[in-house]
Amino acid sequence: MKFGILIQDGPYNHEAADSAYNFIQAALERGHSIQGIFFYNDGVINATKLMDPPKDDRNISKRWSELGAKGIDIIVCVAAAKRRGINESVLIPNARISGLGQLTEIAIESDRLITFGSS
Amino acid sequence: MEEQKKTKIMFVMRKPPHGSIYAYEGLEAILIMGAYEQEVSVVFIDDGVFALKKEQDTKPLGVKEFSKTFAALEDYDITNIYADRESLEIRGLTVDDLIIKPKLLEASEIAKIMEEQHTLLPF
Repeated sequence: MKFGILIQDGPYNHEAADSAYNFIQAALERGHSIQGIFFYNDGVINATKLMDPPKDDRNISKRWSELGAKGIDIIVCVAAAKRRGINESVLIPNARISGLGQLTEIAIESDRLITFGSS
Repeated sequence: MEEQKKTKIMFVMRKPPHGSIYAYEGLEAILIMGAYEQEVSVVFIDDGVFALKKEQDTKPLGVKEFSKTFAALEDYDITNIYADRESLEIRGLTVDDLIIKPKLLEASEIAKIMEEQHTLLPF
């Protein structure tokens, strides 16, 4: 199955970014594909490379970047990012900033769009 | 060329308009997706119905007043706009209190429409 992923909450404060990551890993292990990961609302904060947690904790933005390196399309909403101080200069490698049209395309192309962190 | 089948996308607006950015950024997403010629619909449930309340004054909050933008949804060809009848009722609201006139539905009817969707987007 082709999954699209929408992440609407930031890292660490809540579990959404971790749940999404775990979901994606499980889906890939079972042979499913990920059409794209779209960050919206506070979710855009997942994509800053300035993240520098203590060594014994997971680095959430690095994990996204690693998924991007595997060829998964990682898209950060430009309007939501601008509000929150995320631009190209702080963006993690293997991600891109684009518009909500990309979320529309992910929704259309995926068999299922799974959302994380809207409540 | 065969006409491409439109994708059914429903925005589920459950949060109050102020106190978090979800309703506002949800609205921004609705307006943009409306331009992609898909079958976009919107349903207001729970505190989400407050987003449509007439005469909102956000000056004391110091945030943008965006409720009137919902009135522009029809200009973006988004005409399938629903609200949960019971959510309005238990909040003491009627359609006359709202800036637009959504179609009022029972929860069971909303569930049926949700089942027909390809994508649900919660805000």
